[in-house]
Amino acid sequence: MSRQNRRNFRPLKGLQKERTGIPGFDEITRGGLPVGRPTLVCGSAGAGKTLFAIEFLVRGATLFNEPGIFVSFEESDVELATNVASLGFDLNELIAEKKLVLDYVFIERSEIEETGEYDLEALFLRLGHAIDSIGAKRVVLDTLEALFAALPNEAIVRAELRRLFRWLKDKGVTAVVTGERGDGKLTRYGLEEYVADCVILLDHRVQNQISTRRMRIVKYRGTSHGTNEYPFFIDDKGFSVLPITSLGLLHKAPTEHISTGIERLDNMLDGRGFYRGSSILVSGTAGTGKSTIAAHFVASACQRGERAIFFAFEESQEQIIRNMRSIGIDLEKFVKKGLLEFHNARPSAWGLEVHLALVHKAIDEFKPAVVVIDPITNFLAVGDRLETKSMLTRLIDFLKSRQITGMFTSLTSADSEIEDSEVDVSSLMDGWLLVRTIESNGERNRGLYILKARGIAHSNQVREFVLTSHGIELIDAYIGADGVVMGSARSNQVAREKAAEAERRHASERKQRELRRKQEFYEAQLQALKNQYETERDAILVELEEEQKRLKEAADQRLEIARLRKADPSGMKIDENGARKARKGAAR
Amino acid sequence: MKEPPAKKKRQKSTNGRPQEVSEQANRWNLRLYVAGQTPRSVTAFRNLKEICEEYLKGQYHIEVIDLMENPTLARGDQILAVPTLVRKLPQPIRKIIGDLSNTERVLVGLDIQPR
Repeated sequence: MSRQNRRNFRPLKGLQKERTGIPGFDEITRGGLPVGRPTLVCGSAGAGKTLFAIEFLVRGATLFNEPGIFVSFEESDVELATNVASLGFDLNELIAEKKLVLDYVFIERSEIEETGEYDLEALFLRLGHAIDSIGAKRVVLDTLEALFAALPNEAIVRAELRRLFRWLKDKGVTAVVTGERGDGKLTRYGLEEYVADCVILLDHRVQNQISTRRMRIVKYRGTSHGTNEYPFFIDDKGFSVLPITSLGLLHKAPTEHISTGIERLDNMLDGRGFYRGSSILVSGTAGTGKSTIAAHFVASACQRGERAIFFAFEESQEQIIRNMRSIGIDLEKFVKKGLLEFHNARPSAWGLEVHLALVHKAIDEFKPAVVVIDPITNFLAVGDRLETKSMLTRLIDFLKSRQITGMFTSLTSADSEIEDSEVDVSSLMDGWLLVRTIESNGERNRGLYILKARGIAHSNQVREFVLTSHGIELIDAYIGADGVVMGSARSNQVAREKAAEAERRHASERKQRELRRKQEFYEAQLQALKNQYETERDAILVELEEEQKRLKEAADQRLEIARLRKADPSGMKIDENGARKARKGAAR
Repeated sequence: MKEPPAKKKRQKSTNGRPQEVSEQANRWNLRLYVAGQTPRSVTAFRNLKEICEEYLKGQYHIEVIDLMENPTLARGDQILAVPTLVRKLPQPIRKIIGDLSNTERVLVGLDIQPR
């Protein structure tokens, strides 16, 4: 009775979980696998069951110091160790450290004759001994269904399996049991009957010749768990599950600005560039220089000592480095410094989810401040519009949650509306640069517009966008009578304007010279006239003086004569003085 | 059941010899794996003894291994089920699982009777 009570009370503590250490898996299961209980991992051939199981043990041994037993019914221990060595798991070392036991159970039906009653106690003893020898906490049975094939009496096998799972629970080990997927059932022999607590289904699907691995938790008794199908992949570091769902709109909004690497473009963006953590779309037709803008952006980030990842889906690393060097951007030195990482892959290499996963993984590992995806439109080759948009939404959310500034290039086809971003993601973006070729006068020139820059008072002008040997230059587009003029037309226009201006300047100089000459001329004339006037005035004055003298002399003479003639003073009116004198004299 | 280790040593030395085995007692080298003294293992041993006495008199040697005492030995002969009878000699190795209650099948399994 008391035992009954204890058993009833146990669930109240809540299900204990044990972390597997497999990246992402513990998140979707909210903690890992149920402690002390068996978990069934099923899937078709090549779905990754064995790898999941072995990684469960290896991570347990290395991360959580929990020794484990791997009972293999399919692969020999040597084969197994060799197979997982490529994932960086050194099983032999773990075995030597007594953290792992590999037990290869080989049963060949043709060797076996069956007569009378038997049970699988020997398997229990083997397993029990192995568990006790290293104090194992984790056990993997891969794959138990081999027993059905090896032993003719299915009734005995079933009875023994039931006993085995009970026994494993009593042992208190966390077990992973793998099972091959059957027709219409999770496993071929219905192992799910025995494993009631947790069932995980691995799936490997090929769609449009692209394979995607997915995982789903079919059942996890007594706990909440993620119910979606989660993509996972197996790479050189093992198994990764990617619980990438939309993170919602809860991310912070940094106020710090980040340069685009193009000074004039920064100037167009209120002089400071975009906000950190924003997502920037660069769209344009083929050959408009989208990647170059992205390269500038990356280079400027690295220049500031920030880390950056360039995800390129069209070009190889070498090619990008070479091409950017031709316009004076040296990306190689940043790669060597460990500030820049390239991840080059054809979009068709994996499904969308795996791409997203790989981007995630790369970002998690490298922790960049800046990320470039070049171009996002190529994903349309892998998924449809809706899928691609959903994937990009999640990617943008992810970047924002990490406050990583993302630049996404998008190829627009020449005949579509230029503002029509192929993937419909413009509404998700904070910034949108449009590079457009403008064709006129038999040449194509590039114009750069800022279509959108949330929260930034940005310039609404078009700039001519020129690729020079030292990177991108933005030039004010000439706006003349015929509209915007670019390229050689612009330089012609500028030249014409220069000529006209020079002409005007010359004219004005000529006028000024003329004015000066006139002034000099008139001043000279003025001087001459003045001189002449003075000469004439002097001459006249001299004459006047002489005249005066003569008059006086004449008057004096007359007075003298009169005096001499004793003339009547009234007759002497020549001179007032003389006359008065004469009258006075006469009155006297 | 305390004997097996000593017998095992002797068997090893005979194994080293060429195929022509002169000692009659070692022509049939049989090993019976059991897990404890359960009624089933006792039955199996009794059945085996009877069959050997009847068909292989003087030419056989039985070694009984209790996996309860020596669980590590289960690995060597790939034993899962108990009881398991392993025919070590003559080659090739044959395994018969069960309590050996069906004499006919045991004889077939040991290649004493043609299939």
